[in-house]
Amino acid sequence: MPDVVVIGAGVVGAACAYYAARAGLSVTVVDQGAVAGGTTGAGEGNVLVSDKEPGPELDLASLSAGLWSDLAAEVGGFEYEPKGGLVVAETPEVLTALTGLAAKQESSGVRAEVVTPEEYEPNIARGLAGGVYYPQDAQVQPMLAAARLLHASGAQIRTGVRVTGFTRSGDRITGVRTDEGDLPAGAVVNAAGTWAGDIAALAGLPLPVLPRRGFILVTEPLPEPLIHHKVYTAAYVTNVASEDEGLETSAVVEGTPSGPVLIGASRERVGYDRTVSYPVLARLAEQAVALFPALATRKVIRAYCGFRPYCPDHLPVIGPDPRAPGLYHATGHEGAGIGLAPATGLLISRVVTGYSGQPGRPIKSGANGRSGPAESGGQLDLDLFPFRPERFT
Amino acid sequence: MKYDLIVIGAGPAGMAAAGTAARGGLRVALVDSAAQLGGQFHRQPPPELGGGNVRDDPTHERLGRDQSIEQAIQAPAPRRDFLRLRDRLTGVDLHLGCRVWAVEPSFAVHHDGGTLTGERLLIATGAHDRVVPFPGWDLPGVMTAGGAQALLKGNLVVAGRRIAVAGTGPFLLPVAAGLAAAGARVVGVFEAARQMGALARYPAKLAEGAGYAATLARYRVPYHRGQAVVAAHGADELAKVTVAKIDDGWRAIRTREIECDALAVGYGFVPQLDLPVQLGCATTRDSDGSAIVAVDDQMRTSITGVHAAGETTGVGGAELAELDGIIAGHSITGTPLPDGVRRRRERARAFARLLHEVFPVRDGWRDRLRADTIVCRCEEVPYQAICDAQALGAVDTRSLKLLARPGMGWCQGRMCGYAVARLAGEDPPPPRRPIAQPISLQNLAAYPLRSTNDDA
Repeated sequence: MPDVVVIGAGVVGAACAYYAARAGLSVTVVDQGAVAGGTTGAGEGNVLVSDKEPGPELDLASLSAGLWSDLAAEVGGFEYEPKGGLVVAETPEVLTALTGLAAKQESSGVRAEVVTPEEYEPNIARGLAGGVYYPQDAQVQPMLAAARLLHASGAQIRTGVRVTGFTRSGDRITGVRTDEGDLPAGAVVNAAGTWAGDIAALAGLPLPVLPRRGFILVTEPLPEPLIHHKVYTAAYVTNVASEDEGLETSAVVEGTPSGPVLIGASRERVGYDRTVSYPVLARLAEQAVALFPALATRKVIRAYCGFRPYCPDHLPVIGPDPRAPGLYHATGHEGAGIGLAPATGLLISRVVTGYSGQPGRPIKSGANGRSGPAESGGQLDLDLFPFRPERFT
Repeated sequence: MKYDLIVIGAGPAGMAAAGTAARGGLRVALVDSAAQLGGQFHRQPPPELGGGNVRDDPTHERLGRDQSIEQAIQAPAPRRDFLRLRDRLTGVDLHLGCRVWAVEPSFAVHHDGGTLTGERLLIATGAHDRVVPFPGWDLPGVMTAGGAQALLKGNLVVAGRRIAVAGTGPFLLPVAAGLAAAGARVVGVFEAARQMGALARYPAKLAEGAGYAATLARYRVPYHRGQAVVAAHGADELAKVTVAKIDDGWRAIRTREIECDALAVGYGFVPQLDLPVQLGCATTRDSDGSAIVAVDDQMRTSITGVHAAGETTGVGGAELAELDGIIAGHSITGTPLPDGVRRRRERARAFARLLHEVFPVRDGWRDRLRADTIVCRCEEVPYQAICDAQALGAVDTRSLKLLARPGMGWCQGRMCGYAVARLAGEDPPPPRRPIAQPISLQNLAAYPLRSTNDDA
């Protein structure tokens, strides 16, 4: 019997498996599809601190950004690029708001620098009011990241296996039922992303995780890099936090080591509808060309969509579920799942191995932070209270 | 004003359907990416031989890139069946040289030069070469059989001086015969299949094959069954190939080497389903495992107002495609089908199924891949990278693509899709290509603002 069953082989499930294994636990990962086959496979690989207001999510992001750097050294093989992010403002009013946000972020430990955009991106449109550069922003290839973490975890990976229910002893969760038989486990981690609400429902627990659709355009590979950092307009920050049901788009543009440029980002609440919305693609193209005029004649060769798992308060769900002891959730990261995965995985491994979930002793990351059952009973440096699963009831 | 019908694809199926619908009184648009009517089978050279006619299908590029050994020939007279199809198009609006990159559920058809709108659609986008990788297949001088044929028909260019033709299927015969008649020395046709006796049930088809066989005999072209080209060699360009006798599973038994400067290799065809998948048409499997559009006996797809005809509904050749097109045209206009069409179509479809049985593609080609054999040319993905991705947990076509990048490049997996799927142990899934043809960002940005035929 494994110590932990993780439901979901996306990047969050992979990080949970990795840190649980590093804490000395035996892990089995199950997924209805393939490794990185869900939202992870449709992601850009954002590791961002720049787009978050000061608060619990930014604290999580800051912890996670450092962990990604460590993982690149410990595991590697997933195109980690600490290339920095450039947020630009079209108007003086937006620039004022942007620099105001940057000042608040700095007091939360984020490094930010007011810059002239063309000094960082020679090909960017002229006439922008200004920008802020965030050196901690980075990028990973999310599918490879998930696959490498899963591989490094040594976990047993069971893809194409659908979870159909839970085994229980009283309230306590003692394992999962699958279409290939029961899997008893000491702890079960629900890292099913957009589908995590359905998994929770199998245990009779409400968990309001819903899909928020996004499209990405992919250009032909460019012979030489046109774009050096992750670049986006300040409107992205307000869109991320928006409550609007309708379509929102803001330019998010970046190059990749393989050559193509990735262009996002759109947000729509349309359920799991995969029908391609060409007007949305046209807006993404228009905004990208406005930001980088040299892209105008470059060709788009692909487009795809994915579904961000979001909760009503736009915070992830991380931690034990008091309604069903033995069940832990790690989901609801919306568009930030790649970036927030390592911190989520680390914190889940801590609470599974008996940490109290209260702030206190700092967590060290990296090889020196290797923990084991001997450390059980310690305290987390990050308060999981804002992320608690039962907060919606 | 909207068109009553937009036909996408001007091969035998599309031409027949457009002609039938126009004669039934409909206002019809016929769209094709090529500059000339005809599709792959009836491909015509451009009036001034301006070139550029061949490259509308990425798998019709030369697999290598050298052109120095190619020689030009005189244009042959068009076939009579092509002229008959063409002459029926009176009154049809032709939109040639228009690459369709998207079709919306409103039946707005977006191409690189504008947008057309219609009340109904007919998808007749044909098929492209099925490519199977082997060591050396990316050398200059190696091309698909369809590519060699397109060069010959569309550009009046012979692909080389000493040419080997290899693969499987009846299409190898016209390719070899055409190349030989155009002056190339065809050093051999290497057909993987061995047992072809079942084809004798179709005397008319047998006679067609006998015609090609006579041409091959006249030019002393040997035709070998149960053999395959298992490797291509050369420093900078193709110099020789390794030919093997193969067993029923396509494993090599005994090999020899043959000098040649060109290799045309064809393993059948893959239906081109980008647009029907965009529209949400239900798909099914042909008897060879290919994903095809599901149609009823009227050639109606699962989407109201959308018909499909020809190779998109199952690869079966020009005659079957034309009959499909006639049936679809009559279904759309509500006019009665001429006597005999349905019976001829059933017979042609049965023959197509038999061809799938007689000329299967077996997985033994996988044994020939070396660590450095390129599987995806666009992204330069070697076989080793596929194996590495499998070791990391890639269990299907899509996860192989996500972890190792095959199919992410310019041709969007049209070339490597079959091979990658078989390496993943499955039949190729229906292609999801929301952008069916590359389009510049400025054109994509501007498309909602363009005028259409619906504005008037």
